[in-house]
Amino acid sequence: MIDLNLAIDRPPEGPAPELELRHLDTLWLQVTGTLCNLACRHCFISCGPKNESHPFMELEEVRRAVETAAAMGVKEFYFTGGEPFMHPQIREMIALTLEHGPLSILTNGVLIDEELAAWLAETFHNARYNFDVRVSLDGTTPEENDAIRGRHTFEKILGGAVRLHEAGLNPVFTVTTCHAELAESAGRQRFFDLLAERGITRPRLKFLAPFKIGREERRGGAYEDFERLSEGMLDEEARASLQCSSCRMVTAKGVYPCPILIEEEGARMGDTLDDAMGPIKLDHPACYTCFVEGVTCRT
Amino acid sequence: MSDVRRFAVFGGVYNNFLSLEATLNDARALGCEAIYCLGDMGGFGPQPDRVFPLLRDVPDLFVMQGNYDHSIGNRLEDCACGYTDPRDNYYAQISYDYTLANTADAHKDWLRDLPTEFRHTWAGQRVLMAHGSPRQVNEFLWESMCPDAFLEHLLKSYEADVLFVTHTGIPWKRELEGGRQVINVGAIGRPANNGRTSVDYALVEVDAQGVRVDFREVEYDHEALAALMREEELPEPFVETILTGWWTTCLEVMPARERAAGVY
Ligand code: SF4
Ligand code: SF4
Ligand SMILES: [Fe+2]
Repeated sequence: MIDLNLAIDRPPEGPAPELELRHLDTLWLQVTGTLCNLACRHCFISCGPKNESHPFMELEEVRRAVETAAAMGVKEFYFTGGEPFMHPQIREMIALTLEHGPLSILTNGVLIDEELAAWLAETFHNARYNFDVRVSLDGTTPEENDAIRGRHTFEKILGGAVRLHEAGLNPVFTVTTCHAELAESAGRQRFFDLLAERGITRPRLKFLAPFKIGREERRGGAYEDFERLSEGMLDEEARASLQCSSCRMVTAKGVYPCPILIEEEGARMGDTLDDAMGPIKLDHPACYTCFVEGVTCRT
Repeated sequence: MSDVRRFAVFGGVYNNFLSLEATLNDARALGCEAIYCLGDMGGFGPQPDRVFPLLRDVPDLFVMQGNYDHSIGNRLEDCACGYTDPRDNYYAQISYDYTLANTADAHKDWLRDLPTEFRHTWAGQRVLMAHGSPRQVNEFLWESMCPDAFLEHLLKSYEADVLFVTHTGIPWKRELEGGRQVINVGAIGRPANNGRTSVDYALVEVDAQGVRVDFREVEYDHEALAALMREEELPEPFVETILTGWWTTCLEVMPARERAAGVY
């Protein structure tokens, strides 16, 4: 392995790269804004019970964005927050979106009781398009997970996931690799073992690198100066693999390039999707993580 | 002499020379004037070199490069499937290494130089064939993941009325407005996670009314294939798939919807 840090510890020279939107494949919707029932220490948008910087989206806003994107030939939808299941109209939002294409909903799992799990499973079975629920879990023990997601959350998250599984859904588990060894194959195996113990024998897992912004900046440290992108660093393949070459994020406060930058100064692109079809500048340090880690939204 | 023209389209051979032979026999017996293979010759099955005599230098057969063929043809280190499940990864690598080691150099060169799309005009319709999708060789087009409007967008951008793809291993077709259609022909090398040991290809009929596509089920000696896979010491879960019709590995890339139709 080459240690990049030895070679480059100064900011790269030249302007930040520009990136065109190839086609709107993925529409993200920040349905519950920055409001969350947890306040995880690695949350890159500092969500929590009191963060109202992005409020809930209204049902009609969601409908408008979904229909606009559908008319553009979008391929898939993602709901996130905050915690999407805090929204009183989340079920209507899920139903209307699934009319137009496949949907993944990102949740911390805590609010998934038996009744909701049954409704989600029924929706999954009746929908024309695929419907996925992604549950975030950040460790294979209470100590590991709770240090990041908050006290007693390990059992609450697993409880929600097990209820989904018992209702007939196979949720995707997303793991943020704050504990670096979790991304290694032995670390992965520990997840498979844990989930098998809980009766989830064919689990689906996705590992994500943390973004050093929001609350994570205070937890894991900020970006270094050299962690920036410049024009020469990106070839065609690297450009195509960045999710922002094919996604946009709609919130109650307007449209952003991606889910990561919604609280970052200058990232807002406009009021509606039509205003946000132009190129973006990859001048943010979080863009460096996307490039180095190959972050994508795909399951 | 009827004025119906027939064609066959298939993909995903996965070293299964027995189902390949059965598919070609079936298509020829039905009078197909041309047969199109949309790629992925290797992986999964036994004795990779046995598919090439059936595929190479055959006048009625047109063969395209899939992502697997690109990797094998260019002697890359893996199939770049990028599984995160250690078990999927382990098995995928075994079959890739096996295929790479047992494919003759001349066949690798042939795979490396294959075309990556076909275009025709049938009954006035613009027909496009690609491996994964017209825009990306390893893009998965699963039925539950493709909104109508997205497919319309692909057809429009790539100037086609009828689109054939493979790469996922599970067949489906969809009719869109104005008689346009998208067909995923599935794979002939491995059953489609439906509990059948048979495989499917797309049989196309073209006449003055237009282009009609139906899936055609092909039985082959799957027990002989399974026996040979065991002789070659290929992973037992692969053998199980051949014998039961259910996928046992690589389920990670399959959407929950398609996966729920299977047993794993
Ligand atoms: S990481 Fe997710 S669950 Fe945790 S505070 Fe942020 S939005 Fe909420
Ligand atoms: S943070 Fe990542 S997804 Fe967002 S604009 Fe930068 S590179 Fe694109
Ligand atoms: Fe393929």
